[in-house]
Amino acid sequence: MDNIAGSKSSLGWAVNISVVLLVALWVFPTFGLLVSSFRTADQIVGSGWWASMFPSEQTERFRASDPDENRVQRGDLFVVEGNIFEENGGGGDIKSWGTSSRAVDAYQPGDVADLGDGETFTVDADGNYAWSGNEEQISGRGQRAFVTAETPPEFTTENYVNIMTSGDANDNMAKAFFNTLTVTIPATIIPIVVAAFAAYALAWMDFPGRAILIACVVGLLVVPLQLALIPLLKLHVGIGIGKGYLGVWLAHTGFGLPLAIYLLRNYMVGLPRDIIENAKVDGATDFQIFTKIILPLSFPALASFAIFQFLWTWNDLLVAKVFLIDATGQTTVMTDQIVNLLGTRGGNWEILATAAFVSIAVPLCVFFAMQKYLVRGLLAGSVK
Amino acid sequence: MNPALLGLITIALGVGGCVLYFWGSNQVLDKVIFPANGPQAGQNINRANMVRPWLFLFPAIFALGLYLAYPVFETLRLSLTDRDAGGAFVGLANYNQMMAEPKFWEALRNNMLWLIVVPAASTAFGLLAAQLTDRIKWGAAAKSLIFMPMAISFVGAGVIFKLVYEARPADQGQIGVLNAVWLQFEGGIGSFLFLQLLPAIMLLSFAAIVAYVGWIFVRPIAESKERGGGKGYVPLRLFVGAAALYLVYLSLSSLIGVFTFDFPYGQPQTWLTIPFWNSFLLMVVLIWIQTGFAMVILSAALRGIPEETVEAAIIDGANPFQIFFKIKVPQIMGTIVVVWTTITIVVLKVFDIVFAMTNGQWETQVLANYMYDKMFRANDWGVGSASAIVIMLLVTPILVWNVYNARKEMK
Repeated sequence: MDNIAGSKSSLGWAVNISVVLLVALWVFPTFGLLVSSFRTADQIVGSGWWASMFPSEQTERFRASDPDENRVQRGDLFVVEGNIFEENGGGGDIKSWGTSSRAVDAYQPGDVADLGDGETFTVDADGNYAWSGNEEQISGRGQRAFVTAETPPEFTTENYVNIMTSGDANDNMAKAFFNTLTVTIPATIIPIVVAAFAAYALAWMDFPGRAILIACVVGLLVVPLQLALIPLLKLHVGIGIGKGYLGVWLAHTGFGLPLAIYLLRNYMVGLPRDIIENAKVDGATDFQIFTKIILPLSFPALASFAIFQFLWTWNDLLVAKVFLIDATGQTTVMTDQIVNLLGTRGGNWEILATAAFVSIAVPLCVFFAMQKYLVRGLLAGSVK
Repeated sequence: MNPALLGLITIALGVGGCVLYFWGSNQVLDKVIFPANGPQAGQNINRANMVRPWLFLFPAIFALGLYLAYPVFETLRLSLTDRDAGGAFVGLANYNQMMAEPKFWEALRNNMLWLIVVPAASTAFGLLAAQLTDRIKWGAAAKSLIFMPMAISFVGAGVIFKLVYEARPADQGQIGVLNAVWLQFEGGIGSFLFLQLLPAIMLLSFAAIVAYVGWIFVRPIAESKERGGGKGYVPLRLFVGAAALYLVYLSLSSLIGVFTFDFPYGQPQTWLTIPFWNSFLLMVVLIWIQTGFAMVILSAALRGIPEETVEAAIIDGANPFQIFFKIKVPQIMGTIVVVWTTITIVVLKVFDIVFAMTNGQWETQVLANYMYDKMFRANDWGVGSASAIVIMLLVTPILVWNVYNARKEMK
């Protein structure tokens, strides 16, 4: 559009840079979580995920092993020897080390630190350390040291294996994954069937009260589902459904219907009138017109709503918490499990990041595969 | 039984049942009740056609009534009763009790902040992204990436941003991006530019935009007075004008604060526990999600603008900014309002983000989470219902506006 008047916009490069920045800003957080889910627990707390693409320098605190059990006498001196990496895990090349938190890089590997009164401490590049001094010095707690080691970038799929096969019910996402799937699929398909018939009636059949019904649907579109929680839970308990899959399917069906009817009706109204009238003249009944003509032609709208409803039910937390998850916790869904993990495993990012990504992955795939329909549905639902 | 199997059976039963119902009821109508043959064939066909729409509509109306319409009234009733007293009518006691709670006012205040910031920021970013990506070759890919958070659950987004806001003790490496960036500031010229000048400019532009919007709303009153005839919506216009004035005052007065504030440089911050500002950090999550939605719709609207208007502006010598603000934005104002109201509704119902990230601690409570707290933790259905009704009341103006517009379109 910039070239219309024959002048090339001088803002071209600025636009490109702004878009790059904007996209980076939007992708960065998700990307960080994705990268984190492929790192080990030590790596995650050791350095930011952005550093994981490069060899990382990690400073860790450790103590020499218990002197009272491990010291050996050599002449006048007592010595404790060992290997940092064998005792504390990790690995790599030690770049520097120190014995005080204020100067963690005071010494090079191989240097001997003088701790006063003949007490010394030394660390090699490959992690071997030696701590020596008289009997009194080499006792009590092990000497503290800070070691900065360089480790090459390293990624692992271990987290995913752990989280899908973990024996701990709180960490295991496999069950929650299938529970979510079990909630989602019926809750996506059933409202489509119900809404399609209603949308057809509202779009192509003449009857008194049609305008009012459409207005009601538009109104119900924005009714917050928070209002429905207590009355419906009471109802479900009252008629014996209680908390469970049936209840959550019904609830999702009810809550999804206004959007479904609205989207489908808007689409069906736009279908060419000629086709439908010709079919009527040829003697087709409404039921035949609906199943043979309207449904196949409305495929794009059906697909848009299916994606919406799928994303919404997959990502939902509130409805599942109220209508599905009972005290036994057998029917927990992924969103709920992640919230629980946030509470119990707040600092264990390897578990949190992986669990979150297991739950995000499916909607992301659906999103990228069906984006066209999603956009079309959004436009049909909002722009007039 | 295995739930997955149960699910499959339910799909079969549900879909099969629906199809059977629609097909069967049509058959019964055409063949048994009003058969299209015999002496009254014509009359019967007409009668059947009068009944048929209701057959098609019945399941939907039933579900909508039971799952959305009935609960509105039932919640209203519950908000006037006390569960402990066996459901006795207690008038407005629940509302009084709720009003007396500081947590409720905190939730209401935060909700108001959310209502202003999130739709405004999402729409602004969406408009920016739409305008920028429309001009470049790889725009479709860029759009798709900005749109991506739409597919991510609020809970997932909560985890993503908790990692961003994560704080580690000062002597350890930071793993949260925000703290890593924060520790780069040490009080020099860079800190002044980014932490004081940039926020000041943002506040000023916010004030300018709000003032402009307020003026758009108020102007018709002044003009109609000149012409000697009152126009509709005067109270609404005055209200928006007053709100805009208040916001301008608020943002201008916080300008001073920006320049005098003493930043704790070098200290990693536990961002989510800093009262007031933590609400904004939670809003960032929703803005991040909703911007894609705004962008997609506004981008379609921008493309729908007739080219002639832009061409004419270029020929008249308008610069790109003038074209954008004076030619394009006014033409898509209707769409901007739709986007704004849609996001407003999302904001009013926001629950998962707060629930997952702070659970309303450190003064981040919002109405939906407050309601959940009351209903399912305190088991106080009365106050819980009362707060749900408050949410409903806040939604009602948008509901009325939507219905009004829909009816206007149909005529």
